[in-house]
Amino acid sequence: MASAGATAPPVAAAARRPRSRTVPTWVWALPPVAVLGFVFLYPLGLVVQESLAPGAYADVLASASFRDALVTTVWLAAGATVGCLVLGFALALVVAFVPFPGARAVSRFIDVFLSFPSFLITLALLFVYGTVGMANGLWTGATGAAEGPFHFLTTPWGVLLAEITYFTPFVMRPLLAAFSQLDTAQLEAASSLGARPARIVRRVILPEALPALAAGGSLVLVMCLNEFGIVLFTGAKGVTTLPMLVYSKAILESDYAAACVVAVVNVAISVGLYAVYRVVSRRAGA
Amino acid sequence: MTSGIRFDGVTVRYGDTTVLDALTLTVGPGEVMALLGPSGSGKTTALRAVAGFVQPSAGRVHIGERDVTDLPPYKRGIGMVVQQYALFPHMRVDENVAFGLKARKHPRAEVPGRVAEALEMTGMGAYAKRHPRELSGGQQQRVAIARALAIRPDVLLLDEPLSALDAQLRSGMLAELARLHRELPDVSLLYVTHDQVEALTLADRIAVMDKARLQDCGTPQELYRRPRTEFTASFVGNANLLPVRVAADGVDFAGTALKVPVDGAAPGAAATLCVRPHLVGLGDGPNALRGRISEVQWRGATHRLYVDVGGHRVKADVRELRDTPPLGQEITLHFAPEDAVLLAAGVNDG
Repeated sequence: MASAGATAPPVAAAARRPRSRTVPTWVWALPPVAVLGFVFLYPLGLVVQESLAPGAYADVLASASFRDALVTTVWLAAGATVGCLVLGFALALVVAFVPFPGARAVSRFIDVFLSFPSFLITLALLFVYGTVGMANGLWTGATGAAEGPFHFLTTPWGVLLAEITYFTPFVMRPLLAAFSQLDTAQLEAASSLGARPARIVRRVILPEALPALAAGGSLVLVMCLNEFGIVLFTGAKGVTTLPMLVYSKAILESDYAAACVVAVVNVAISVGLYAVYRVVSRRAGA
Repeated sequence: MTSGIRFDGVTVRYGDTTVLDALTLTVGPGEVMALLGPSGSGKTTALRAVAGFVQPSAGRVHIGERDVTDLPPYKRGIGMVVQQYALFPHMRVDENVAFGLKARKHPRAEVPGRVAEALEMTGMGAYAKRHPRELSGGQQQRVAIARALAIRPDVLLLDEPLSALDAQLRSGMLAELARLHRELPDVSLLYVTHDQVEALTLADRIAVMDKARLQDCGTPQELYRRPRTEFTASFVGNANLLPVRVAADGVDFAGTALKVPVDGAAPGAAATLCVRPHLVGLGDGPNALRGRISEVQWRGATHRLYVDVGGHRVKADVRELRDTPPLGQEITLHFAPEDAVLLAAGVNDG
């Protein structure tokens, strides 16, 4: 012990000496900060600057199209989040607690699913429920009708379905992690005390899954607010969300000031929600 | 009173592995039965079959007069306490204890009284408003016991309940469990443990398990004084097991004739002689054995001597010696004929 203590200071000194000859550490931070500033902060600054054009905010905020888009964005995002939470919780329960062959494969697949682009899901839904999709094809084939009964894909409900389908795994992942931490002895204790499965889910599993639900839910909420690909791919012309509005203002109408105002509002909402997400997930220990 | 547990040829298999082999055992109403055995002996599986977390491949489990084999756990009405407490972390102590009463739709007005009673019984009344994480291991286990007792079960299952506690706390909790059982004389206890001290202290009867089978069952005294198998003799009390050959009025051990009761064993047959280490004395006497000391362990009040007798190791626990004998010293041991039990050889091989 004594000899180890005696040798420690020279080692520490030796480690420190070469460093004093090198450049200060903050210098190393300069290149990434410069790149980040140039490719990200500078354009963002331009967007904010552009949005400050005289009267832009007043015009956009007063316009019906903006308010419609805001309402549509928020209710779609909120609805998709609720849907993902309910569906994700139910599916994660089954994957984690109902022993069936392939449960591990399913939870692996969820990780893979997260890497899929969002439009892929929409495309798949188009094949199934689209105007010339399989469901309508079966219907027209069976009944001889001119067209099938499924047209909801181009309505907000189609967007909602696609978003729930795509984002549910984002809720399941933290939930499955939380469930794997849950002591099965607790579930058995609850069961032996006379609790049926529904009560065990409500009183034992749900309270312990709340932090994971909150973390997954706020992540999905933020991502839904900014979702562009799904809305575009469903071809729902009546469904205008904030990102869609930015697109149509900037690209179709060349009204950059208005587009930037909408973008700034979108960014503000997202950053605000992201802050909430961070607070929640830190409390959850994630 | 119709409580008690009956195992009726209960077999549990996972694929090709049999983890419990045709267990037939009855735990009487109000009886404390210890399932004692090493890990992997099937004792926990037996307990889980009573709780309903393991489905037997064959056989029936009865609680009282009820065949519960096909009932889900929540309909069995049993209390269960496990090694790692398994308290609900987000609930306070009183909410934990009330959980079973609420799940069983107990009249709301009676719940607080029953919770207080259960907590009082385990000495945790002052901690009702704490969360489990604010309690020590021993306190958490008391809460877990209170939670199991609050539903007033006929049967209480305890799965290694003291294994997570340190030695001193363990002996205190052991006395506490004995007291609880005196206060609740109608509750049958099935107590799974690998610790023979816990089993000997607490149990009315001990079922010794090994390799998925029931090896032996009897009162602690019976098992200790007259074990029926080599496994029981060595697992309970760590006896000397000496390979012997039966002679006319005794046995032959490594060329030495020993006088022991042979109970009609056929002369010339191979057998095992079981002698408890603490019943082996130093010096000359009846059944003297000469050998050399191969190891000495000081254990405070006693010395454990390992003596090499004709190539066999004999353990002797003797009162603390003033002078520790040197290794290799020649020594004479003896034991009284009535302290030896003759076991048919290979009883435990099957």
